[in-house]
Amino acid sequence: MIDNLMTALGAEFVQLSLTPILIGILAAVACALPGNFLLLRRQALIGDAISHVVLPGIVAAFLVTGTITAVPMMLGAGAAAIVAVVMIEIVKRLGRVEPGAAMGLVFTTLFAAGVLFLEITDTSSVHIDVQHALLGNLESLIWFDAEGWQSLVDPAALATLPPQLPRLALVLVGIGLFIVLFWKELKISTFDAAFAGAIGIRTGVLGFALVVATAIAAVAAFDAVGSIIVIAMFVCPPASARLMTNQLGRQVGWSVVFATISAILGYVFAGYGPGWFGSPYAVSAAGMIATISGIIMLLACLFGPQRKRVGQQAEA
Amino acid sequence: MSFLDYFISALLLQAGYNSALVAVGAGLLGLSAGSAGAFIFLRKRALVSDAISHATLPGVGLAFMIMVAFGSDGRWLPGLIIGSAISSAIGLILVEWITRKTRLTEDAAIGAVLSVFFGFGIVLLTIIQTMSSGRQAGLENFLLGSTAGMLISEATTIAVAGALAAAFVFLLRRPMTLVAFDPEYAATTGVNVRNIDLAMMGLALIVTVIGLKIVGLILIVALLIIPPVTARFWTNQVGPMIGISALVGGISGYIGAVLSAAEASIPTGPIIVLVAFGFFMISALFSPLRGALASALRHQRFQRRVHRRQGLLALSRREPIYDGLTLRILRRSGMIRRDGVATLRGRTASEKASRDEARWAMARRILPDDSAIERYDGLTPIERMMTSDQIAEIDRMLAEKQGASA
Repeated sequence: MIDNLMTALGAEFVQLSLTPILIGILAAVACALPGNFLLLRRQALIGDAISHVVLPGIVAAFLVTGTITAVPMMLGAGAAAIVAVVMIEIVKRLGRVEPGAAMGLVFTTLFAAGVLFLEITDTSSVHIDVQHALLGNLESLIWFDAEGWQSLVDPAALATLPPQLPRLALVLVGIGLFIVLFWKELKISTFDAAFAGAIGIRTGVLGFALVVATAIAAVAAFDAVGSIIVIAMFVCPPASARLMTNQLGRQVGWSVVFATISAILGYVFAGYGPGWFGSPYAVSAAGMIATISGIIMLLACLFGPQRKRVGQQAEA
Repeated sequence: MSFLDYFISALLLQAGYNSALVAVGAGLLGLSAGSAGAFIFLRKRALVSDAISHATLPGVGLAFMIMVAFGSDGRWLPGLIIGSAISSAIGLILVEWITRKTRLTEDAAIGAVLSVFFGFGIVLLTIIQTMSSGRQAGLENFLLGSTAGMLISEATTIAVAGALAAAFVFLLRRPMTLVAFDPEYAATTGVNVRNIDLAMMGLALIVTVIGLKIVGLILIVALLIIPPVTARFWTNQVGPMIGISALVGGISGYIGAVLSAAEASIPTGPIIVLVAFGFFMISALFSPLRGALASALRHQRFQRRVHRRQGLLALSRREPIYDGLTLRILRRSGMIRRDGVATLRGRTASEKASRDEARWAMARRILPDDSAIERYDGLTPIERMMTSDQIAEIDRMLAEKQGASA
């Protein structure tokens, strides 16, 4: 048993599993952080919409630049997210329809356009396809040059880390800073937008900044893990956390814990779980991470100490 | 045969048996999606159907695995449809349960169910891919739809279920309208709002599962949302709206399927959605009721009337006019000469405007509660909104006031 554990956590682990797990955690936490505020502002589905339009953005970037390097892809995806938010606003005003319908109309149309362009243009030479966009490829983000734990202090080996890892770390730091620096403003404008406006917080700008932070998290995470995890992590960890506590600070803390647990357990179950049942194949890590976050949320719905509505809403 | 020739012959159902089958099937699907979607849209729950459609995936996977375990090849469409219906029903019940029993709002419940069911479905699909019979299962086609090699039995299944959904809409149209517009009132008249809500979502569920094969589960929600949003531009009445919505859905499905039959590289689901979006764009721009063009024209007409009126009032007070647009409007309608002096016509019109203004001012004093005062836009001549008796009374008061000040 101990031997098994040692091999499991040995050189092979560092090479094959350490980086995907770390990337999974970083992506999950980067999405869960802004998700807390989206949830409380009843904008949980913005994350859903944004992650659908990342695909057309990436396809458009590929059609313009002809390459699949990271920077144009991320710019394209970011631009698509902003286009989508603007389009939703236009449809909402022009058609005087509810936000949900406007959102559904815009993101399905953009996603359809992305798929169509992908199919009718010659993208066979490069590896972008719909499956990849949905599922990501967490399992493939291995650390070739790692020879064991000692590689963590070896600059030569560190230089060959999958580029998604430092990128996501950077994004996570950025989003963390945004939330820490604007904590008070975010908190007040989330719970009482009118009061926030009255004391001079520019709620419109702040709301847009939150959407931009969401888009950045979605795009960076998407590149590594695909859109399913992105949507799941925007909603499930913050929603589970909401059922645990009545304090925003603790809620954010819980959501980080839940996101981390989902990423670790999801990856381990996906990679090693089938082996326990005698199957030599792994299952989708992205799908498993989403599944675990759902199980955590189900448990929170059943047993979370603050799961019930209180006050006026409880009677409604 | 060129693309266009083929498109036209396919449009007329003459491009072969299979593409005709697919086109008719997609048209029927669009028809039922459009009519069911209209109610969901009016109830403002469009995105619940997104949760429903994504929640079908685990059902498809499990149904396939169960059918394989019983020795079939697992691709039998009715079996897959039943599986997807069961799992999306569970998803729907979970959305309801989370919203009702916990403090979480509906959008959070939708996002959670959508992503978790979809993620679990993907896990199942990766398991199926490792099964010996699963390699050619083609279950990923349910993500984005595929009509290549559709069987007659599959088309019949879709047609029957589509007709069933349409009949369902027809039977429940009254309680669903009531619940969509005023759930409290509906409850007081004895309608069970919760059951009607469930029925509405049940319709979305039927449309989703029959649409899996053609449009795919990611985009089927578009067929439930875009047609009603489009229809809303053309009418303010429920009956016509449902009709238009069904029509938009049906035509989008039909044209989209034909386009994708004409050019094999065009995937069916996305092109159907984009055709529907085309209808939305045309409506949003050109609908006479709420379209952008009509609104812009209305705005411009109003602006011109305001400028004309203010210009005439300025003339009557002998004030100079500096505003370019006002000058242009007055000059073009022959109220003033090139040098800005009022013509005979202009003097008559300005006197009339100033009398009208004075009458309105008096009307506000002596008839403050009259409904015409509330509806007055600052431009309409008083004769059009008040009776001649009222105006005579106003004129009498005006004369009195003038007599008093003289």
